[in-house]
Amino acid sequence: MEKIPILKMGQFLLVTIQVDLYDRLALNLESDLVQMVSTTEARGVLIDISAVSIVDSFMGRIIGNIASMSKIMDAVTVVVGMQPAVAITLIELGLPLSGVHTALNVEKGMELLKNKILVNGEVPDYDDDEQYDNLDGTE
Amino acid sequence: MEKSRITTTTNSMTILTVLNKDNFKIEKEQDVVPFRNRVKEHAVKIGMGLVNQTKLITAASELVRNMLRYANGGEILIEVVSKIRENGIRLTFTDRGPGIENVERAMTDGFSTGKSLGLGLPGAKRLSSEFTINSVVGKGTIVTIIKWKNG
Repeated sequence: MEKIPILKMGQFLLVTIQVDLYDRLALNLESDLVQMVSTTEARGVLIDISAVSIVDSFMGRIIGNIASMSKIMDAVTVVVGMQPAVAITLIELGLPLSGVHTALNVEKGMELLKNKILVNGEVPDYDDDEQYDNLDGTE
Repeated sequence: MEKSRITTTTNSMTILTVLNKDNFKIEKEQDVVPFRNRVKEHAVKIGMGLVNQTKLITAASELVRNMLRYANGGEILIEVVSKIRENGIRLTFTDRGPGIENVERAMTDGFSTGKSLGLGLPGAKRLSSEFTINSVVGKGTIVTIIKWKNG
């Protein structure tokens, strides 16, 4: 059985889809990814679809599912590299993929993921938090 | 109503010329990707632009999925057609499935008897230049779409 490889990079999972997906393959990817988020405790998922020439309603639904499932599992999903023709087609098809974060390429996607996780807190551990609190004089 | 439909069909028949024919059988899920590639080959051959190619193949993908899900497969006729000075691809999807009880409702966004998003048929219509559907309950469904090279 063919499989789409999922790579672990620090606290992120990286998926590059290089083949045209048929339904079974997409469904497997969906369940594999959610499993991986759980076992690796990943905080972010980056899906590169720059080699995908067709995203129909089924594939679109899978992408949306992955994003919402990861969200429940406390991970952020970013889809990167969508071809312009695919974007045009998706909108005309009636699938705006709202709720899915996107970026133009892998580099920008990684940056977005890092920022998202920073905003949610946790990662940086500033020792001098208290000092700053006193400075803004709200107390 | 019925009469006018027949005349429009014959009208478009006289204008359309079929330049090339190709048959494709869909029996299982794995046939979908080769089918999409075949459609792409024909579209590239007539010089269709990338955006229209993508729209055509996406529409075809939606219709093939319906065929597999509801009718266990079927046959597709891929034709290169010509109208006055414009070329295009015509795809005819024929299945012997259960047919669609309420075609009007099936053509509405968000309606599905399965578990999908209900975008397949209406989406395929939006993505094609011309779209006709004919369904008889208990006999099957025939969907025909045309995408013009520049349309």
